[in-house]
Amino acid sequence: MSATQAQSSNDPHKLGHGEVPVSERGPAPKRIVVAYGFWIFLLSDFIMFAGFFAAYAVLVGETAGGPSGAKLFDLTLVGWETVLLLLSSFACGMAGIATIARHRFWFLVAMAVTGMLGAAFLCLEVYEFTHLIGERAGPGRSAFLSAFFALVGCHGLHVALGLLWLMTMMAQVWAKDFRDDILRRIACFSLFWHALDIIWVALFTVVYLLGAGL
Amino acid sequence: MSDRQHGEDLDDQNAPGEEGGRESIAAGVRTYVIGLVLAGLLTAASFAAAGSNLIYGPAIPVALIALAVAQMGVHLVFFLHVTTGPDNTNNVLALAFGVLIVALVLVGSLWIMGHLHHNLMPMAEMMQRQR
Repeated sequence: MSATQAQSSNDPHKLGHGEVPVSERGPAPKRIVVAYGFWIFLLSDFIMFAGFFAAYAVLVGETAGGPSGAKLFDLTLVGWETVLLLLSSFACGMAGIATIARHRFWFLVAMAVTGMLGAAFLCLEVYEFTHLIGERAGPGRSAFLSAFFALVGCHGLHVALGLLWLMTMMAQVWAKDFRDDILRRIACFSLFWHALDIIWVALFTVVYLLGAGL
Repeated sequence: MSDRQHGEDLDDQNAPGEEGGRESIAAGVRTYVIGLVLAGLLTAASFAAAGSNLIYGPAIPVALIALAVAQMGVHLVFFLHVTTGPDNTNNVLALAFGVLIVALVLVGSLWIMGHLHHNLMPMAEMMQRQR
C-alpha cells in the first residue's frame, strides 16, 4: 500500500501507468476517443493539403506566358483575410471557454462572431477569385493558376463547410443545450476551425508572400 | 475537462483541443489572448519581411518559412492545446507522424519533379531534333 502511494506521488502524470495496468483499464472515455479520432482525420486532411501544396510548388513557374503571382497577388487583401481568420479563430476559442462555463448566451455570441468573421474572409476570397477570373487569370489560363485555384479554393471550401457546421452547432446548442454528444461535436468543430487557420498560415506564406517575391 | 464532473476517472491523457488541468475561465482566456498576440506579431513580421529591404534578399524565403513554422507552433500550443506535456503524448505522436508524411510528400515531390525538370530537354530543342 505504501509502495503504491509513494509511486503515485512520485509519478503525478502516471507515466508508469498508475496502479492499474493499461491492459486492464478498458477503453478511454468517449470524449477522448471522439476528439482523438477527429484529430487523426485532421492530420489526414493536412496530408491532403500537402498534396495540393506540392502540386502548387511544382507548378508555380509554369505560367505558360501568362501572369505570375507577383503580378496578380494583392498583399493588402491577403493581409485583411489573415486578420479576419485569426480573429475568427480567437472567437472560436472564446466559444470553447463559454462551453466550459456552460454559458449558452456567450457561446452563441462567440460562435456568431466566429461565423461572421469567417464569412467575411470567404467574401474577400470570392472577390479575389472573381477579380482574377475577370482579368483572364482564371484556373484555365496556366498550370500555375490551376494549382493556385485548386489549393486556395480547397481551403475556401473547407471554410464554407466549416460555416455550415458552425451554424448547425449554434442551432443544436440553442435547441438542445450542452448535452454530452453536442459537447463532443463542439470540441471537434473547434479543432476543425483552428486547423483551418493553421493551413491558412502555410497558405499565405507559401502562396502569397513567397509568390509576390517571384 | 468538460466531462470530468461526470465522475469519470482522472485520465492520464488529454483529448486534442482540450486544455489540461482545471484552469479558471480567466486563465483560459489569457491563454487565447497570449496566442492571439503572438500569432498577430508573427503575421505582422511575415508581411513586413516579405517586402522589406532590411533582410538580405535571398534569405527572405527562409525567414518567411521560419516565421510560418513558428506561427503554426503558436496555433498548436495556444489554440489547439497540443503541447509537449506528458498528458499529450498520444496527440503529439499522431501529429509527428502527420508531419512526417506531409514532409515526405512535399520534399519528395519537389525533389523528384526538380530532377525531372532538370533532365528534360526544353520543348523547342526537342522539336528541332525531331525534324
